[in-house]
Amino acid sequence: MNDTATILAANSRRPASPASAGSAPRLLNWLRRRLFASWRDALVSMAVITLLAAIAWSIIPWVLIDATWRGASRNDCAPDGACWAFVTTKASQFIYGFYPPTERWRPDIVFALLIVGLVWLMVPRIPKKGYAWLFMIAVLPLAAFALLRGGFAGLPFVPSDQWGGLLLTMILAVSGITFSLPIGVLFALGRRSRMPLIRWFCIGFIEFCRGVPFLTVLFMAIVMLPFFLPSGTKPDPLALAVVGIIFYEAAYMAEVVRGGLQALPKGQYEAAMTIGFGYWRTMIYIILPQALRKVVPGVVNTTISLLKNTTLVMVVGLFDLLNIVSAGVSDPLWAGSQAEGYFIVGLVFWLMSFGLSCYSRTIEAGFARADRS
Amino acid sequence: MAALALLAYVAIGNLQDNLAARGLRIGFDFLRQEAGFEIAFHLIPYSSSDTYWRVFLIGITNTLLVTVLAIIFSTILGFAAGIAQLSVNWTLSRSARIYVELVRNLPQLLHILIWYNVALRALPAPKQAHAIGDVAYLSNRGIFLPAVTTDRPGLLALAILLAMAAALALFRSLTVYAERTGRQVSTWLPALAILVLLPVAVVGLTGTQIDLSFPQLRGFNFVGGWVLVPELTALVLAMAIYNAAFIAELVRASIESVNKGQREAAAAIGFGWWQTLRFIVIPQAIRVLLPPLSNQYLNILKGSSLAVAIGYPDLVGVFTGISINQTGRAIEIVAMTMAVYLAISLLIGALINLFNHMTRIIER
Repeated sequence: MNDTATILAANSRRPASPASAGSAPRLLNWLRRRLFASWRDALVSMAVITLLAAIAWSIIPWVLIDATWRGASRNDCAPDGACWAFVTTKASQFIYGFYPPTERWRPDIVFALLIVGLVWLMVPRIPKKGYAWLFMIAVLPLAAFALLRGGFAGLPFVPSDQWGGLLLTMILAVSGITFSLPIGVLFALGRRSRMPLIRWFCIGFIEFCRGVPFLTVLFMAIVMLPFFLPSGTKPDPLALAVVGIIFYEAAYMAEVVRGGLQALPKGQYEAAMTIGFGYWRTMIYIILPQALRKVVPGVVNTTISLLKNTTLVMVVGLFDLLNIVSAGVSDPLWAGSQAEGYFIVGLVFWLMSFGLSCYSRTIEAGFARADRS
Repeated sequence: MAALALLAYVAIGNLQDNLAARGLRIGFDFLRQEAGFEIAFHLIPYSSSDTYWRVFLIGITNTLLVTVLAIIFSTILGFAAGIAQLSVNWTLSRSARIYVELVRNLPQLLHILIWYNVALRALPAPKQAHAIGDVAYLSNRGIFLPAVTTDRPGLLALAILLAMAAALALFRSLTVYAERTGRQVSTWLPALAILVLLPVAVVGLTGTQIDLSFPQLRGFNFVGGWVLVPELTALVLAMAIYNAAFIAELVRASIESVNKGQREAAAAIGFGWWQTLRFIVIPQAIRVLLPPLSNQYLNILKGSSLAVAIGYPDLVGVFTGISINQTGRAIEIVAMTMAVYLAISLLIGALINLFNHMTRIIER
């Protein structure tokens, strides 16, 4: 008995295989170096771990253990847990807004087209990117607009104030992203133009947009613009918001692209001129492909901020993914369910933004590999 | 160009028709009219019989208040998180990283709504307020703090300003002295001492009365003391936490931009951790950090306009929102609002350029 115990103890002390021989001391070594280097470090580590544990302890039961998943109203939910019944009941409203339930196959087709376009544009291995841009800029917006609006060929008319939720956020974000980049490139080129009138106009526009909050641009579009339109016309708030987002973010894109243009050596322009290229051919075939490559992180950052900025359309009364939460809790059955709504909406925004920044990192790594080989 | 000119011509024609149809004309005379509405929170005196010009000023001061508070707190938090990201301590660097990635990928408006609609709503009503040592109270009607009142506010303000100037001057001259002689002198302690002692001395010598007034529960709410309304608290907290994540990234990148050889050289001549940071890393990192940091401060200024979503009376909420609804002077008011933001942006932009010019590396 005693002997067996000694042997077991000895066995356990003796390295079983070379791999584990290295790993246990390595782990200990790592712990000592990164967590417990000094008594002060140890104190900090313990404090941080305790804090994180306390946060997890208060959130995880709320999210998972005490949560209620199904129910007809807030009263069916346990008081100490999350009321996911709110989200499951209102899921279709979160996705489509107030789009008529019988017509929701139309947004579904739009979502599918959007995924096709985005995959085409974003997966580097799929060829013909030029057609992908053409599809995203010319085909998709018109097709999506016609399909969602309806009013022809037997499709019932659905006014844009019934579009909402994720559908509306995607409309704003995707149209903003696909149009603001090309327009931003034009402004960046205009800012470096040799024609003073064009240069001044571009500088003025860019500095103006960068100097004022996006909200005031929205306010300008909603309350000020109607004064400059023929009397009687009532512009669509969604259209105004889309145009506002496109031009506001185009100014930021222009500054990002300008950074790339300035980073190119002068020899590139001179070489293009020597082989007889004119301005546009120089730009399209020589300068822009190199300049845009340099500014991928900046473009993606602007894209992420555009995505987050789409939530501001709330102040002009549009029900995007964030504002649809307010619409949901205004239902007396679900009053007080903001926390659950914000949690889910936050999760969706976080996944989209974080996904974009991860995508940007893979693209950069690809370029770096291509440059090295 | 011709097309633009034509567009402008048509737009101005439309404008004239629209103004005529509504019986309006462009002008700023409405600023002298009585506003006639109450504003829940203002730093300068205001009553509903004051003019729209006063409303405009209140909007600016409220916007600046939120901006300054958010800048102070986001800078402290952002520097802490940025330095923590580079810590050798794994728990510290990981948790700072998680914080940054978690916070900056969520919209700022979502942060604000969560703080206002979820976190602060969860606080108890004033009757059951959380008391902090019976002097400050947390409740869903706001945070109540003891107020400092004095019979000679002008004198006290002057003393504090003087103390700040004296402390700054002392700090500079001690730094210059230390750099010239190579001697190690404590620069922070004397400066801090003068900052505290001078106002205390002024108060003691002149016999200025300083009173603390504590908030007290009367009926359903507190009276006395200073109150931080929930709108302001939520806005400052959300903006500080959101923007600190961006500042943390800027701080990290700027410290990483300092060449590793610089640190090794400092270690070689026997500098400790703090000396390396203070004399080698920070002076070089700050040159990289300041332009994007001031850009981030401008973002905070512009982001403060989100106040309108939770009803804090900032410039956009109280002037561009309510005043347009009441007067119909959309063009003038939107133009004035944008002019304020543009002016501050251009001013700060000019200051950045000045700073870049002053701290540029002078090659010899």
